[in-house]
Amino acid sequence: MKLNGARILLECLKREGVDTIFGYPGGTVINLYDELFSFKEIRHILPRHEQAGVHAADGYARATGKVGVAIATSGPGATNTITGIATAYMDSIPMVIITGQVPTALIGNDAFQEADIIGITRPCTKHNFLVKDVKDLATIMKKAFYIARTGRPGPVVVDLPKDVQIAQTEFHYPDSVEIRGYKPTVEGHPKQIEKAVAMIMQAKKPVIYVGGGVILGNASAEMVAVAKRLGIPVTTTLMGLGSYPENDPNSLGLLGMHGTYYANMAVSHCDVLIAIGARFDDRVTGKIASFAPHAKIVHVDVDPTSIKKNVRVDLPIVGDVRDVLAKMLKVADEIGPDAKACQAALAPWIAEIDEWKTKHPMTYKQSSTVIKPQYVIQRLRALSDPDAIVATDVGQHQMWTAQFFGFTAPRTLLSSGGLGTMGFGLPAAMGAQAGFPERQVIVVCGDGGFQMNMQELATIVQNRLNVKIVILNNNFLGMVRQWQELFFDKRYSSTCMELPIDFIKLAEAFGATGLQATKVEQVDEVIKKGFATNGPVLMEFKVAREEKVLPMVPAGASLTEMVLAS
Amino acid sequence: MRHTIAVLVENEFGVLSRVVGLFSGRGFNIDSLTVAPTNDEALSRITLVTRGDEQIIEQITKQLNKLIDVIKVIDFEPEHAIEREMVLVKVSAEEQSRAEVLRIADIFRAKVIDVTPKSYTLEATGAPAKVSAMVELLRPLGLKELVSTGPVVIGRGAKAWKG
Ligand SMILES: Cc1ncc(C[n+]2csc(CCOP(=O)(O)OP(=O)(O)O)c2C)c(N)n1
Ligand SMILES: [Mg+2]
Repeated sequence: MKLNGARILLECLKREGVDTIFGYPGGTVINLYDELFSFKEIRHILPRHEQAGVHAADGYARATGKVGVAIATSGPGATNTITGIATAYMDSIPMVIITGQVPTALIGNDAFQEADIIGITRPCTKHNFLVKDVKDLATIMKKAFYIARTGRPGPVVVDLPKDVQIAQTEFHYPDSVEIRGYKPTVEGHPKQIEKAVAMIMQAKKPVIYVGGGVILGNASAEMVAVAKRLGIPVTTTLMGLGSYPENDPNSLGLLGMHGTYYANMAVSHCDVLIAIGARFDDRVTGKIASFAPHAKIVHVDVDPTSIKKNVRVDLPIVGDVRDVLAKMLKVADEIGPDAKACQAALAPWIAEIDEWKTKHPMTYKQSSTVIKPQYVIQRLRALSDPDAIVATDVGQHQMWTAQFFGFTAPRTLLSSGGLGTMGFGLPAAMGAQAGFPERQVIVVCGDGGFQMNMQELATIVQNRLNVKIVILNNNFLGMVRQWQELFFDKRYSSTCMELPIDFIKLAEAFGATGLQATKVEQVDEVIKKGFATNGPVLMEFKVAREEKVLPMVPAGASLTEMVLAS
Repeated sequence: MRHTIAVLVENEFGVLSRVVGLFSGRGFNIDSLTVAPTNDEALSRITLVTRGDEQIIEQITKQLNKLIDVIKVIDFEPEHAIEREMVLVKVSAEEQSRAEVLRIADIFRAKVIDVTPKSYTLEATGAPAKVSAMVELLRPLGLKELVSTGPVVIGRGAKAWKG
């Protein structure tokens, strides 16, 4: 039977197991929306801005591990998706974004609502496709999903002209696709793996440094097993948080610019650093020349371009992290002393780390008069469900969440790490809630970033996505203010928000519940009430306005040059 | 170090801009770039000349390989490859210099492809070093215009390099 392009697209989505999409209609996708009208197998959620739609699909993908799907119309709809796509690209999130395009005959004519979205998204997608013939559509969709989810995942754009949506053809969805130029390496080289394990087992001061690749590659269990088997302490990047339980004694927490004292010290003193699914971002390494100066570096990553991009690597292993870790565990059992012996051998190193932990634990100064933002984060952990999903926006509150929440499971922290996109948190939480209607989903926002996508309160209320919104209101663009305080002589240029907003009224205007805490004693009360209330709730906490995120490694300094909390 | 890299790509629209975009986006150098279809009409071959230390060249080849439409990348070692480029040069040729231009052309086996009372246009093909040696000799005589294909490269020996 012949189907039109619009219907074929939906059939493809269905066959890829897509159950939820986020999209915004317009002239060049009106045919697609007409098909959607009677297509009941896919839930369509209408955001209030295409950027938020893409962030929502991204949040959905991060939380569920499935490919996130978003739709936008051509021209302004498509250009509105760019920040969302770039955010997903920097964090390697599997997504397929479908954009409408003007009819093929008009492409290049500066037609109404035409934008060269293939050109615009080229540097921020893993790949993109312009569908010129309806006969190619099914194969392109198959390729798009395959590329998005395999290897190092990433967003793929499919640009679909209006006439291709109308044109008809016989529908056949291929079971698999061959792409000559795309063969992601999955299996790590056995010899390299053996060498790595031998090197690691000889180390006296090893550290495992975990990035988002371990979470994206669903390899947390294998990573924890390797770390435990060899007795090695683990530090993670922002993107890696949750992969190793932070309540484990061998957890070092976050490393890098706002990492713990002991993680940064351990990395700076280790003799073997095992980087897994991480890419040595400048926020993590600080000054490259003095990063892990005594260490031999083992680097496991699925993307060969990540290896030796920023730092020297002594032992590279290209491959799927889960596969490599599973093999490492086997090799360790074959060649090595048992877990007890490994732990015993590392006892002096663990003792050295424990001294650092005692000397400068992760801490802040509690106050009885004003709400400390770190305290709110700790209380959120204490009062939330154990499997709660926490999205963050970008800024100080993001770092406090990373430092003080204590993540214990993968895919429970959703945060824009690579691009650092303000406005990400609220829509991402909305997407995660769509993926897990029964789980508690919390978003921690700053007052600034919340305002970048607060229109999504409408989507949240309308679709009964019961996100619990936490605003740490310092009435500042706090993170920038902190830099101005430390490095620009407290010249707070354009970082004071000045206008006080009545967030409770705002929440109520959208039909959500609004709560506020201005005193320390109210923190628990508000959180408990917020969590107990059915439906979306906005909880505003008026926090200490000039609190700083500490420790801090100033940009360009070595990891050992930390400004510590007094 | 100068490197001549051959890139076998899908012969599809937009592929060249992916390659070029990669270089501009990551701040890599391109000294020259040529592209044309190959004996397999589904494939095009790009030859590009770039510069960088070992780490940069490694990144360049890895990043090229990462592009979905790129099928193969070879960073040719000079001793295992033959490089050729063609230049067309317009040189002033009046009175005294007229004979000298022809002499130089002759030495480098360049062809005269256009003549006027005031100029010669020469066509020369050869290894890049040889071609530029000729150009340097012509320059003081009044080099008016130079156009070059940029190098193309092929491996030595019987083995062909396919997709
Ligand atoms: C879209 C975007 N614009 C600007 C920035 C730069 N920036 C980083 S953090 C920050 C301040 C965020 O303020 P707020 O949301 O109130 O969070 P706080 O730091 O106060 O917790 C700014 C402006 C950014 N990361 N993203
Ligand atoms: Mg703020």
